Formats: sequence, C-alpha cells, structure tokens
Amino acid sequence: MFRLIGNRLLLLAPTIIGLSVLLFLWVRALPGGPATALLGDKATPEAVARVNEAYGFDRPILEQYFIYMGRILSGDFGNSLLTSRPVLEEFAARFPATLELTAFALLFAVGFGIPLGYWAARNVGRWQDQAAVLLSLMGVVVPVFFLAFILKWVFAVQLGWLPTDGRQDPRIDATHYTNFFVWDGMITGEYDAAWDALTHLVLPGVALGTIPLAIIARITRASVLEVQNADYVRTARAKGLAPRLIRNRFVMRNALLPVTTTLGLQLGLLISGAVLTETVFAFNGIGSFLWDAIFNLDFPVLQGFIIFIAVIYSLINLLVDVSYGLIDPRVRVS
Amino acid sequence: MSVNLPPAAGGPTGDLTPGGSPAPDPASGGLLPGTTGTVVAAGPGRDDGGPVKGTSVWKDAFLRLRRNPAAIAGAVIVALFLLVAVLAPLIAPYPGEAVPGAREITPGHIPGPGELPQFPLGLDRFGGDVLSKLIWGAQSSLMIGVVSTALGLAGGMVLGLLAGAFGGWVDGVVMRIVDILLSVPNLLLAVSIAAVLGQGPYAVMIAIGVSQVPIFARLLRSSMLSQKSADYVLAAQTLGLSRRTITMSHVLPNSVGPVIVQATLTLATAVIDAAALSFLGLGGGRPETAEWGRMLTYAQSELGIAPWLAFLPGLCIAVTALGFTLLGESLREALDPKSRAR
Repeated sequence: MFRLIGNRLLLLAPTIIGLSVLLFLWVRALPGGPATALLGDKATPEAVARVNEAYGFDRPILEQYFIYMGRILSGDFGNSLLTSRPVLEEFAARFPATLELTAFALLFAVGFGIPLGYWAARNVGRWQDQAAVLLSLMGVVVPVFFLAFILKWVFAVQLGWLPTDGRQDPRIDATHYTNFFVWDGMITGEYDAAWDALTHLVLPGVALGTIPLAIIARITRASVLEVQNADYVRTARAKGLAPRLIRNRFVMRNALLPVTTTLGLQLGLLISGAVLTETVFAFNGIGSFLWDAIFNLDFPVLQGFIIFIAVIYSLINLLVDVSYGLIDPRVRVS
Repeated sequence: MSVNLPPAAGGPTGDLTPGGSPAPDPASGGLLPGTTGTVVAAGPGRDDGGPVKGTSVWKDAFLRLRRNPAAIAGAVIVALFLLVAVLAPLIAPYPGEAVPGAREITPGHIPGPGELPQFPLGLDRFGGDVLSKLIWGAQSSLMIGVVSTALGLAGGMVLGLLAGAFGGWVDGVVMRIVDILLSVPNLLLAVSIAAVLGQGPYAVMIAIGVSQVPIFARLLRSSMLSQKSADYVLAAQTLGLSRRTITMSHVLPNSVGPVIVQATLTLATAVIDAAALSFLGLGGGRPETAEWGRMLTYAQSELGIAPWLAFLPGLCIAVTALGFTLLGESLREALDPKSRAR
C-alpha cells in the first residue's frame, strides 16, 4: 500500500516538471511575448526592454527556465498582473470557495446518482429504469452553463426561492476565518450566515453536480446489473441471507468499484465546470478568477493556477487509487 | 465527458477463417481493410436463416444499428443538423451578423417568439433574427466540432500508434506526454491553447482538437496492446509476415473500433466545448456573431426579460450533443462482442 503511494508520488514529479516546461514555453509563446502581456499592446520599445531586463526575459532560455523553476520550488509564483498580489495568496483566498462548491456538487452527484443507478438496475426494463436512463442521458448532453441558466431562471428569477448570485448576502456581516463560508458560520455560531451561504451554494452546486450525477447513475446501474447476477450473490441468496445484507455487503461493495474510478475522472470535469458555473453565478472562486485571468492574459495567475490544479487533480486521483485498496481487498494483496 | 469503453470492441479476437490465415473479408466492401475474418453464424438461432455467410464486424454492426431505435433517432438528429448547416445560406432568412430588427428593440423590451411575423423566433438584444442566428450557429458549431475531432483523432492516432506499435522507450515518452496533458482538465487545456493562438474559430478548433489527443492516444494504445497478444497475431508471425504488415494490416484495423466509438461520442463533447469556449468569449469576432455559445453569453443579462435567448441556443447545443451521443452509444453497443454474441 505504502509502496503504491510512494510510486505514484514519484510519478507525479516528472508530470509536474513536464507541465512546468510546457507552461514556461506557453508564456514565451504568448502573442508579443511576456513583456507585451505585462505592459499591454501600446508599450514603447524602451519599456519592453526595461521589463525584459527586470524580469530576466532577455537571458538565455535555459537560464530563464532554471530561475523560473527555482522560484516555483520556493513557492514564489509571481504576482498577479491584475491585483498585484502574490498568485499563491490569490489562490489560497479563493480555493475554499471552489472547494466548497465542488464538494457540494460531488455530494449531490453521489447522494442522488448512486441510489438512482441502483433503483434503475433493480427495475431494469421497466418504466422506472427507462426514466432513469433518459434522465442520465439528458444530464450528459446538457452543457453545464446552459443548465446553470435554466436553474437560475426558474428558481432564482421566476420563483425567487434561492439567491441569483454571489456566495453570501452582502448585508450579512459574517466573520470569516477559513473562507469556507458555511463552515465559518457553523464554528462562529452565526447560523443564519451559514444558512445563507448554503442557500447560495444550492443552484451552482446542483448545476455543477448534474453531469457527474448522470454519469455516476449510469455506471452504478451497469455495474449493479452485472454484479447482481454473479454466482456469489446467488449463493448468498440461496443461503437465505437478509436482502439488506446481500445488498450492502455483496452487491454494492463490488458494484461501487467502477463508480470509484469514475469519481476520480469526474474531478477534471468538475474543475472545468466550476469555471463556467462560477461565471454564471458570479461565485467568487478560482473559476471566475481564472476567467478574468484568461481575458487579461494574466499569465502568472494562469501558470500558477494550472500547476496547482494539476497537482490537486493528480493527488485526488492518487486518493482514488488508494481507496480501491480499502474497498477491494484483492487490490491490496496484488 | 469521460466514457467507459469495452476493452476492445474490434471484434472477437482470434476469429480465424478455417484456413487459419486472418484473411480480410471480401464482404466488408473495403470499408476498413483487414476487418476480422468471417463470423461463423451461430447456427439455428440466427434469424436470417439462409446459407452461412461471412459478415464483417462493421457490416454486422451496421445491420444492428439499423434495428436500434436509439441509433436511428441519433442519426436523424445529426442528419437534420448537418442539413441545416450545409443549407444555411439558402434557408436562413438573414445573414448571420445582420441586425434586421434593430429598430424593434426598446429598452426593457425585446420582441419574443411569435410576436413579429417576420422574426418567428424573436430578436436578440442587437436586433438580430434569432432563427437566422440559430441556423448559422449550426454551421459554425458543427464545423468546429467536426474539424476539432478530426484533429484530435489524427493526433491521438499517431501518438497511440507510435506507443502501441513500438513499445519500449517510445511508449514511455509518448505516454508521459499524454499524462502531462491529462493532468490539466480538458477545458482549461483548451483555454490555455486558445490564449496563445489568439481568439477566433481556428484557435478554438485547434484548442479543442489538442485537448482531445490524449484520450484517443490512450485508447488506441491500450486497444492495440490487447490485440497484440491475440492468436491471429501469433498466426501471422508464424506465417512469417513482417512486423510492419502485422501492425498496419492486422493489429491496427482490429484496434480502431473503440477509437471510432469514442470519436462519435467526442463529437458531442466537442460541440459542447466549442459552445463553452465561445460562451467564455474565446471565439473571437463581433458580439453579434452567430454562434450558439456566444448567443448564450449575451443572453445572461437579459435572462429576466428575454429567457428564450438562453433557451433556444442551449436547446440546439443539447439536441446536437444528444444526436451524437445516441449514435456513439449505439455504435458501441453494436460493436461490443458481448452483445454481438446474443
């Protein structure tokens, strides 16, 4: 187990180095080069030369790369061109928001996706199954930003049940320690602030979680169908075990393996989707900040954020692989 | 969108003609060279009764597709949108960027569907005819979807072929590159590429195409690896065929099944991603440009007074994606050896 984790962490290093090379080259390939990106299109040649010297863009490319790598390793990703604050700080300030949103979306997707898939499998061929399959098909083909629009229009604009945008009502004067707004409200005892933050999470969370929900439901349905006819399940039934025991210990435990893999794969989708969802709901997380960064060619932010996201994404996939061992003893042994 | 695929839907492995050589089936009509040899008809259970005829995997799949209502629905949707895209210059009432109804727009009111007879689906905030824009949008969306998928497919096939055919260090290097590309979420990768290339439809095509390369490369490689250990490869080696012939005429054609299925499904993702990129504003061009994603960008601020501006293009994206998904899923089912056996 520990060797598996160690090996995977070792494999992470070349991936991150490769990614850093790509990003380094990417910055050099920006239209007009990094100096123009810093100063804007109308910069004078003198100003460009000055910036090139100050940032070291005029040195040999290999030397530039090592300087850049050295900075990254010491945690210095430069300053945002838009806010002039360190990239790391910007990320740390916004990441909790995105994490809160993706966690909500993931809970929603798992909490409804697995039961829906199981229910469809138990009713295979009947209308319940067909409805579930149709629903999950719709979930896959509807673009996340369109779904965000529909939800916003129905539940916020028309019905007025939920807030249209933001993370919290600005009139609420809440204390923030961790920037996880719901959590902050809970620990400070400001329950109305926590509740308000939660209501702001519902629409973006549901929009973001629907595609993963659809995919999880499909995979669960398929794998329950496969497992419930397995010999050991028949044996368990023949032995007269309680249906609940058969479901939890025999069917679900085995059926959830493919679902776990899918979960890992969904995370990339969730992060991409977060950019779009946060844009629609003006939710102040890394997604909407990335959007601003893209438009203003804020390359230190883009560079830093992409590396952070890649590291987090890889670590989560590692966690998924490790959780295999926990669910399936066969993996642990081999 | 990530999709689970059967390990190799290329056909039953080791499916040899009685002579023992993996001869390409003449009945395949040259659709793909070297498709698996004859599929021995499963005796009395076959409903076509007649003499035992050899059919290729692809022909068989096509027959099964024709009997699947989901496949037909998918094909009809795709054909319809393709037709609209191709005939756009003939059927669209107005040019894509025209604003024929600019004078009908007043602050706080935009004429909706059915309000004015000359604009059946209403107007947008610039005074553009929504119907015309949806029709022109079909053209640009499908164009981006098809071109980017073709790019991704070509790139991914080359990388996957290199990795699968040579193995060893070539495989190591190629797969490392693929891993690096996969470590960045798809849409972010596309956005970063588009940032370098500048805004515009070509940047979007290349960006989406490149972001698809890793999936195709991985899929072809793993499919080739599983085919390489098949009996027919051993048979071909015993016959003294060169490695190149074996790879190109036997292993590769038998490995492309899952890749083609994925390509069909990827068309759906590509249409959605193209809309997402132009929604984010990377499509370039003027604000009035007729693009489904772009129409949604400008629908945001009018959501309260003109919701159809968001619903109609969104519906077009979803239905197009549904068409490709239905087609891809049915194709996968038709090519799946497990369901073929039934």
